[in-house]
Amino acid sequence: MAKLHVSTTINGEPAEFLCDVSQTILDVLRDQLGLTGTKEGCGSGDCGACSITLDDRLICGCLMLAAEAEGRRIETIEGMAKGDRLHALQKKFIEFAALQCGICTPGFLVASRALLAHNPDPSETEIRYWLAGNLCRCTGYDKIVRAVMEVARDMRETTR
Amino acid sequence: MVDMKYVAPSTIDEAVGAILAANGTGRILAGGTDLLVQMRLGTAKPGVIVDVKNIPEMMRIEETAGGFRIGAAVSGAIIGEHPALGKAWPGVVEAINLIGSKQIQGRASAGGNLCNASPAADSVPALVAAAATVTIQGPKGRREIPVETLHAGPGRTTLQPGEIVVGFTLPARPLGSGDAYLRLIPRTEMDIAVVGCGVSLIVANGTCTAARVGLGAVAPTVLLVEAAGKALIGSRLDDKALEAAAAACRAACKPIDDKRGTVQYRTKIAGVLLKRAAAIAAERAGAR
Repeated sequence: MAKLHVSTTINGEPAEFLCDVSQTILDVLRDQLGLTGTKEGCGSGDCGACSITLDDRLICGCLMLAAEAEGRRIETIEGMAKGDRLHALQKKFIEFAALQCGICTPGFLVASRALLAHNPDPSETEIRYWLAGNLCRCTGYDKIVRAVMEVARDMRETTR
Repeated sequence: MVDMKYVAPSTIDEAVGAILAANGTGRILAGGTDLLVQMRLGTAKPGVIVDVKNIPEMMRIEETAGGFRIGAAVSGAIIGEHPALGKAWPGVVEAINLIGSKQIQGRASAGGNLCNASPAADSVPALVAAAATVTIQGPKGRREIPVETLHAGPGRTTLQPGEIVVGFTLPARPLGSGDAYLRLIPRTEMDIAVVGCGVSLIVANGTCTAARVGLGAVAPTVLLVEAAGKALIGSRLDDKALEAAAAACRAACKPIDDKRGTVQYRTKIAGVLLKRAAAIAAERAGAR
């Protein structure tokens, strides 16, 4: 079967890969490009573990064909920290223990960052609705929601 | 392993050609939130995937003489952010935005929700109430049909070989119009409608002059309940008229019994949602 050649941008860097039509972008990120921070949970768009952004839009990596990445811009969890400097959300998740086993965490972080880019002043209800597509079996969500609220407040204060 | 092909044409004619050439094995890819799940489950094994997101007409929202033309592949997120559309048709927009999570909204399109032809599709009762029309293009050219005639049964449409849904049109809204969509789900988010109800009204001096009701998840296809609309037209949307419309909704139900709800429960809820959605639509009609 002929492979498709795809040119795209991942975390700000140009990237090229060969893929089969049936491969998802999640498959390619993890298995070919070594970007294993994005996790596979359900594979059907229900759990949010594979959350990434495509042209700044939050999506599930498991529901996008790798071929669709041609000419687009993808951001994954690997693009969130700047070298050793963690993103404010990452720091706050650690501080608040907003994770336990960690498999959902990259998805929650990517989804939370997308929320704050879209709405810098979300209410608790808005955060809970925005993150309804991310499942966590460990935390009970409360620590995650509180971490996002606190980061939103800090970010608003520093930009004031 | 099937040798699957992927094409991403930039015109509708090319997309129609690709679907036709696939001889029944072609599938349109818009947001992919149904297609990729079906491929993973093995219930869809397309020979050709035709990605329509490079076709400008299918990716834009146009304002036309007071109404709107919405490309079939426009995502729910983009629809939700369009200020004029949300003002004119808040019920349609909230119905589309109820589909799935933010991640799903980033990709899933109203055109895809239509073509997936689920009886419980959230966007469809609102579009039926709105008297939306669907633009279809195929080998014989273009045609326009009322949205309620697109579905033939669960997962089945009246599209002919080679035809694709290009977009849909929402009519202009006169002063005094309002619409709403409500669904019942046991959770607060991320679930499939037990019953969904869309209502669109025009109210002049307190009297309802036009009304359409769409009901979802209570029959093999989403229903246009004409008797419910008739019960509201000419009334002042008083309790008696609302009860008559609710009774018409209950009478129209032909639901299944399943884990989400029994026949009796779904039938009762159809009437309840009609009253609640009509109240929201009436309030919105008064506000404009």
